[in-house]
Amino acid sequence: MEKYEVRLSGSGGQGLLLAGIILAEAAITEGKNAVQTQSYGPEARGGASKSEVLISDEAIDFPKVRNCDILLALTQKAYEQYNEGLKEDGILIVDSSVAVDKNETHKVYSAPITESAVVNLGKPMVTNIVALGTIIGITNMLTKEALEQAVLKRVPKGTEDLNRRALSLGYEMGENAKI
Amino acid sequence: MKKEPRLMQGNEACVEGAIAAGMRFYAGYPITPSTEIAELSAEKLPYVGGRFIQMEDEIAGMAATIGAALTGVKCMTATSGPGFSLKQENIGYAAIAEIPCVIVDVQRGGPSTGQPTCPSQGDVMQAKWGTHGDHPVIALTPSSVKETFDLTVRCFNLAEKYRMPVILLLDEVIGHMREKVQLPEASEIEIIDRKRPACSSEEYLPFKPEEDLVPPMADFGTGYRYHVTGLVHDETGFPSNSTKVADKLIRRLVDKIEMHKDDIIQWEEENTEDAEIIILSYGCVARAARTAMKALREKGVKVGLFRPITIWPFPEERVLELAGKVKSIIVAEMNLGQLVLEVERLCNNITKIDRVNKVSGEIIYPEEIAAKVEEVL
Repeated sequence: MEKYEVRLSGSGGQGLLLAGIILAEAAITEGKNAVQTQSYGPEARGGASKSEVLISDEAIDFPKVRNCDILLALTQKAYEQYNEGLKEDGILIVDSSVAVDKNETHKVYSAPITESAVVNLGKPMVTNIVALGTIIGITNMLTKEALEQAVLKRVPKGTEDLNRRALSLGYEMGENAKI
Repeated sequence: MKKEPRLMQGNEACVEGAIAAGMRFYAGYPITPSTEIAELSAEKLPYVGGRFIQMEDEIAGMAATIGAALTGVKCMTATSGPGFSLKQENIGYAAIAEIPCVIVDVQRGGPSTGQPTCPSQGDVMQAKWGTHGDHPVIALTPSSVKETFDLTVRCFNLAEKYRMPVILLLDEVIGHMREKVQLPEASEIEIIDRKRPACSSEEYLPFKPEEDLVPPMADFGTGYRYHVTGLVHDETGFPSNSTKVADKLIRRLVDKIEMHKDDIIQWEEENTEDAEIIILSYGCVARAARTAMKALREKGVKVGLFRPITIWPFPEERVLELAGKVKSIIVAEMNLGQLVLEVERLCNNITKIDRVNKVSGEIIYPEEIAAKVEEVL
């Protein structure tokens, strides 16, 4: 059985809640079970925000992340706050703006997620979709097709092309980051 | 033919369930973490010929819910702790005037405005005793998104069947989480409507019970004129100072539930046959308990799970039966010990009762429950 506990973290406004919903919906498209939760309590104040997704072939009882397999950190603050919860053999995916601790023991993939949304696509609002593409490119936890289907179901009409490009760009960055 | 599985939020499932059950009126005042219930009711009700109204506060929201219910419409209001406190007086009114309606409380940390975005199970006793005087209470508590749909439907059915306010006790985790659900088709859902009078308006006595202790209810505006009051009243609906009338009325209101306990009470149990220890928990904490139970079972620990689905009236008989067979019952809940009081009242001399409690605003973790089980072993 494959089970993934994923934490998407960054700052408010980066669309991570929607990214979590899309990731969970992509998992359902593949016939898996998925649970998505978010926290916007006191811990979300002051910049850090997170969305959690559990994906499994089996029923999911406890709905929150306990042993994080995959952590996405788009900001320094999010990295510092949530890295501790990432399990020993977990995968850490950070935006290239994040300075990773020199004693970092996790497997780290760094990609210019926020920068490419602005520079290559000219739209910072697709940062979350670029990030999703990057995660799938690195982990292959879901198929790119399932993810694309889920993205297109959720994004506003007229932005499909932009989001498709954002996804492909992220996916390529993810694949390249592995080399 | 089932509908396609989809990702759905607990609060959304509550609204879907309410509309499927026949809700056509919602009055309330939005409050975190229940706000989506108001938002989605406002969005969806007009499409099914229903009405939504945002009132000036929670008290008025409850009052409008009661008023609309008297016209024959199925009504709901939703809130969280602070608003639940405000609604209590009118919940008592609905209880004595026997007005069917559904009140959803998505529990957050209290007291007062407490922790608006954090989960809690601190309103368990408030659901039972929040309004003054002896009164009947039905409260159901779901632990998944799908069950939120099912139990919302059930709340409406029980409200209609027994002519009374029924409470759905959600918590922030279940209300806000999204998970995969497959909703039933309309044809698969049992819908119960209130009994209406078979007699003419001249012969109608609005508070004369039938054998099931429930009086048939006429819709306001259909020519059946009658008086509705929060005062003790006789079968005509007019206030009475008679001690006999008061005694009969209050006993009937409470007996209405006692008499139908078997129909109302539901629970779920898992691995209780050979269990030495039973974890009793409900709502989102039951999910932590199940995770703990599975991990402990893998280690050979004989632990079971008892989950009340109907929290009021409490599943007394079954809990008593189980208590006689186990070394300990551990009650895990996100408060400083509320439902455990009921378990202690019932089973104190029969088995050992232990507690896992948390009021930090975080859900209880599976390992916290597992640690207690291993300590008790």
